[in-house]
Amino acid sequence: MASAGEGRGVALRRTGFSVKRQTGFGVIAWLCFFMLYLPILTLVLFSFNADQSMAVWGGFSFRWYESAWHNQTVQDASLRSLQIAFIAAILATVAATMAALATTRGRAFRGEQAAYAMINTPLIVPEIVTATALLIFFASIKVSTGYTGLGYLIAAHTAFCIPFAYLPIRARLESMDLTLETAAGDLYATPWQAFRRITLPLLWPGIIAGLMLAFVISLDDVVITELVKSGGQDTLPTYMLGQLRRIVTPEINAISTVFLLLSVVIVTLFFLLSRQRS
Amino acid sequence: MTGDIVPEKPVRDAIEVRGVSKIFGAGEGRVAALDDVSVSIRENEFFTLLGPSGCGKTTLLRLIAGFDFPTSGQIMLHGEDIAPLPPFKRPVNTVFQNYALFPHMTVAQNIGFGLEMLGRPKAEIEARVAAMLKLVQMEKLAGRRTSQISGGQQQRVALARALAPAPKVLLLDEPLSALDFKLRKEMQIELKRLQHETGITFIFVTHDQEEALTMSDRIAVMSSGRILQVGGPRDIYDHPAERFVANFIGDTNFLPATVLSSAGGKARVKLASGIEIDAPLPAGFTPGSEVTVVVRPEHARLMREASTLNGTVENVVYFGTDTHFHVALDQGRGFVVRQQNARSGEAGVSAGDRVGIFVGDGAAQVLKD
Ligand SMILES: Nc1ncnc2c1ncn2[C@@H]1O[C@H](COP(=O)(O)OP(=O)(O)O)[C@@H](O)[C@H]1O
Ligand SMILES: [Mg+2]
Repeated sequence: MASAGEGRGVALRRTGFSVKRQTGFGVIAWLCFFMLYLPILTLVLFSFNADQSMAVWGGFSFRWYESAWHNQTVQDASLRSLQIAFIAAILATVAATMAALATTRGRAFRGEQAAYAMINTPLIVPEIVTATALLIFFASIKVSTGYTGLGYLIAAHTAFCIPFAYLPIRARLESMDLTLETAAGDLYATPWQAFRRITLPLLWPGIIAGLMLAFVISLDDVVITELVKSGGQDTLPTYMLGQLRRIVTPEINAISTVFLLLSVVIVTLFFLLSRQRS
Repeated sequence: MTGDIVPEKPVRDAIEVRGVSKIFGAGEGRVAALDDVSVSIRENEFFTLLGPSGCGKTTLLRLIAGFDFPTSGQIMLHGEDIAPLPPFKRPVNTVFQNYALFPHMTVAQNIGFGLEMLGRPKAEIEARVAAMLKLVQMEKLAGRRTSQISGGQQQRVALARALAPAPKVLLLDEPLSALDFKLRKEMQIELKRLQHETGITFIFVTHDQEEALTMSDRIAVMSSGRILQVGGPRDIYDHPAERFVANFIGDTNFLPATVLSSAGGKARVKLASGIEIDAPLPAGFTPGSEVTVVVRPEHARLMREASTLNGTVENVVYFGTDTHFHVALDQGRGFVVRQQNARSGEAGVSAGDRVGIFVGDGAAQVLKD
């Protein structure tokens, strides 16, 4: 049995097209990896430089981490980033959950395809277009109301985070067995009880995944934030962008490294959650 | 035979289906899943809906459970129209074909779910869950997740979950079709036992005629959205009313015949061989009608001399407990005779032999076509 199976495997490997067997594949693959990760590796390395140089190694130290930690502007920008990401991710996830339920549950309604497309257009519309539109739109509101708080940034972040939160939630809902809800109804659960006791607990991993994805996307945004923010509303990415235009010290590397670490942790959690099957 | 037991309590209708139709779609894609179906299901009865895939069995169950609504007609539960009741208010529970166990709950939580939704006190739920676990012999697995138990065990949990709230009627949609042969046989006996012990009316759906014959008090044979015949297993097997029923349940020989005379539900019919026999006749046939007569393979007897029908043996197939003789009739088509194998060493009939086939009075049945 085993040998027959192996024999077929070998035959398949010989006949099937395999991109891995093409000449040059290895070289190209390695080149891509270098291009992606070598710069990041250098960035991380020089965040530990004792010197102010970003090209010459002057020994190991945590001095740039310390200076970033004590930098009031960095602190403010970080807190603002987290605050916006936190609120926007929660709002976007709530909206995305409702949208996902509406587009996968119940009868197909008129314009369901259109609704689906509209939820996902932010993924397609060039960010700079959205940003410009928001800038003009919010400017007129600012003039008429006089409000200049964080609300604009939170509203904008919520809007562009919705499709990201929507995708894992919808995927989870689509893989869920609809007869489970029917069974709950058969066992005397009202529609609300069926949702609370069956749908929501089974949907939970999808919701958490959507929340984390939205959080990272919000944390990472530059273009829209840069155009929408009022004075003194820098987030960490826009602060860094501003710094790069002036004197550059490895402090930027240190901030970037921490930022990178945070994103990696959240994205890893996201993958672990979305892999989890019921 | 279970059908022969006289019920102690007066027989009441648990469910009465009155002229129910269910139409899906419209225009080109219009499907009449149920077409003017009427049937009464008695209290404490093991009632089976039998028919090929797509004949509307699941649709009828869904209408009774309240997951869907009839296009026309009424469904009565103990004499009351249940149309206004949503599923969560109907005292009817379902065992789903794929079990539909809640994957995020334990076996015990699954079984207790219905009672919990009914707002029963905690102590009562616990006692009832324990009793149910015992009933389906799953006490040891109460704390397991439903994903950590075998298919047969999931089947038992699904049964216990549906029985726990003590419904008036239990609906079972092909509950055994996912199990392998041996487990299916075990669960057939188990289901009969559960129905007997709980006294709950079971409406059981299957496409397996043998399962229907062995388990049911009464069977409704369905085809293309209609109920063709309702009756006890014996009734349906021995007196199929229509060609479809005769064909779907068991093996059958079809013979063309002419009605000579009829009186009191019996007819004298003349077969193509010129021989005349008596056969039960449904109403509505006049002398001279061309009809089809059915004869079960085991109701005919193979003879060495000329008999009711005559022909040449084409093929002999040995099945252990019995043997099938495929005979090419002198007039018309083939005919199969099934004979039980008695002691060994019997002088056998073999292919090429001339034989007679004896069809006694009462072995044949006239079909309404
Ligand atoms: N929701 C539905 N929409 C359209 N057609 C349906 C639907 N449910 C069932 N049908 C059709 O109704 C017929 C009966 O189906 P069903 O009751 O599931 O049959 P069974 O359970 O006997 O296999 C089939 O032709 C099926 O295609
Ligand atoms: Mg079905």
